[in-house]
Amino acid sequence: MEMLRFATAGSVDDGKSTLIGRLLYDTKTIFEDQLEAVERASIQMGAEYTNLALLTDGLRAEREQGITIDVAYRYFATPKRKFIIADTPGHTQYTRNMVTGASTADLAIVLLDARKGVLEQSKRHSFLASLLRIPHLVLAVNKMDLVDYDQKRFEEVKDEFRDFASKLDIADLMFIPVSALHGDNVVDRSENMGWYEGPSLLHHLEEVHIASDRNHIDTRFPVQYVIRPQSDEYHDYRGYAGTMAGGVLRPGDDVVVLPSGFQSTVKSIETLDGPLDEAFAPMAVTVRLNDEIDISRGDMIVRANNQPEVSQDIDAMVSWMNERSPLTTSSKLVIKHTTRTTKAVVKDLSYMLDINSLHRNESATELKLNEIGRVQLRTQTPLFFDEYRRNRETGSFILVDEVSNVTVGAGMILGEST
Amino acid sequence: MAYDLTHLRQLEAESIYIFREVAAEFENPCLLFSGGKDSIVMLRLAEKAFWPAKLPFPVMHVDTGHNFPEVLEFRDKRVSELGARLVVASVQDAIDSGKVVEETGSRASRNRLQTTALLDGIAEHRFDALFGGARRDEEKARAKERVFSFRDEFGAWDPKNQRPELWSLYNGRIKQGEHIRVFPISNYTELDIWQYIKEEGIEIPNVYFSHEREVFERDGMLLSTGDFITLMDDEEPFMETVRYRTVGDMSCTGAVESSADTIDKIIDEVAVTRITERGATRADDRVSEAAMEDRKKEGYF
Repeated sequence: MEMLRFATAGSVDDGKSTLIGRLLYDTKTIFEDQLEAVERASIQMGAEYTNLALLTDGLRAEREQGITIDVAYRYFATPKRKFIIADTPGHTQYTRNMVTGASTADLAIVLLDARKGVLEQSKRHSFLASLLRIPHLVLAVNKMDLVDYDQKRFEEVKDEFRDFASKLDIADLMFIPVSALHGDNVVDRSENMGWYEGPSLLHHLEEVHIASDRNHIDTRFPVQYVIRPQSDEYHDYRGYAGTMAGGVLRPGDDVVVLPSGFQSTVKSIETLDGPLDEAFAPMAVTVRLNDEIDISRGDMIVRANNQPEVSQDIDAMVSWMNERSPLTTSSKLVIKHTTRTTKAVVKDLSYMLDINSLHRNESATELKLNEIGRVQLRTQTPLFFDEYRRNRETGSFILVDEVSNVTVGAGMILGEST
Repeated sequence: MAYDLTHLRQLEAESIYIFREVAAEFENPCLLFSGGKDSIVMLRLAEKAFWPAKLPFPVMHVDTGHNFPEVLEFRDKRVSELGARLVVASVQDAIDSGKVVEETGSRASRNRLQTTALLDGIAEHRFDALFGGARRDEEKARAKERVFSFRDEFGAWDPKNQRPELWSLYNGRIKQGEHIRVFPISNYTELDIWQYIKEEGIEIPNVYFSHEREVFERDGMLLSTGDFITLMDDEEPFMETVRYRTVGDMSCTGAVESSADTIDKIIDEVAVTRITERGATRADDRVSEAAMEDRKKEGYF
């Protein structure tokens, strides 16, 4: 069985919680005691109907204030796939959460209200999905029941969105007319929209082709941990443990180790379950080489004929996540990229991007919470990276505040800065 | 050639990555082991992460003193097979030394006292990272908890102030006295755990399989009779065919009626069950709507 991670974005008004509730309910994932707890809580809050949003709003503060604070993860499965939902709140101030949920998603569902069409919020969510390079985007045009299941209205919304989407970088875009409340086109094809010939939402989630989304071309093996058993049985054993971040590695392959540049060949790829003929992303394995080379955590094993960029000067889009202090030029931060942690200083901020209008503000001098901008960084030691759009694993990094130790930024690498 | 992994192999790879990340970045990690199925799966994943080397950290059991004997036996056997070091944080010791006062009455439970024993154990051994076997599908507060979950110098969790967690870039930076709880199996569901146990041929304590046991009913749950629990006047013990879906403190872990005596039958049962495992078997989560959230803030697992 395959696994698909998807992120949902939209506000309560768009019916996002109802849609998730519907998916969980119709796939028999909501348990009786969960439903009872939600019913009890709804009555306590004086609601007239069972509020399915309470299924996802887990924390006491959220129930008290009727808001969603954070990314919640939900799970369900059909006979075809296991699904992990990263459920993110839709308000402006929660760009941070949307970016977080989107960072690991294979697919994003952006909900919009058929009556209202493409709002600023839908644009913002779609832009973030495109920025985070979520390979598949689904526009769920919800509340079709409130526009009499009208095909013309659906087509209007589609055209409106396509105009906007032409400015974005979206590989796979799908439009589905749904009514989350009544279940039209959520799990089963709707009888109310005979004119719609596409799949239901769940059918699309089950069938969308994700096997080609990972990079299986550029071999990248960031060394995570060096295994030296120091036991009699494995006296001279030295293995490099890590997770494949791209491409394929096989015994006998010619490899180069970064940053030293030493060359060797792969002796074996090992696991507790036995040796492997090949390893590919996202497998966690232990690689052994035919030569004794000094290799430690943060180094990267790559193929001799296909190497990443190596540089201390990084050009990246950065999403700022800290409410206490903004990113400014000369900010000094800790940067974590693959298994390498080093220091970085902000050399320049080219522009701040208005995520509603996509306008570039080149006079911006700082990035505040939930703002996104193009930033040039200088790192203390070189990073071995690829463009984020080519490889999400070797093209992403986080920024950490040196004093508070809090994660303050997320970066997507565009290339080497000049 | 399709470069595809099944959901179980993908989950496994992610867990192994998390174990290695902690071993590489922390000075003194520790794995919390209860003897339950989740922590048994955790041990297997840790074994895979470091093979052929031994676990580069000890295993800690927070012992309420109210254990299933089979589970303790199982714990010792598994720890010795792995050549791991076992640390026991004892609630009984905390009671004996007067650090905590045992609850009284027929509903007395040592569940809350575990937090003190746990935090003392962490302080005594100066652990800076603790692996826990919590899963996000278990409970609402857990659905929002990070894989690397920060704890302040009081061991407390602040759900409104969690560090953003992106891609697989975990932030484990802490100051002296703080620690990180790490949850490598966050994304497994109960069914995934059972499927993994089956696929890997992992041995588990026999209380998970259907057996005859003397039980009594309290608050709609079947609790085992025994030394650790006092029956109330209207409670009558009887024999029933049961199994445990979770294994914890005997005084507050309920059994479920079941004839599932093989892993396959358990998987079938879990696949069609309509009640979450905590709802069916944990008295401690029923106290209030936010019971788990409140305990976690205080430093509970």
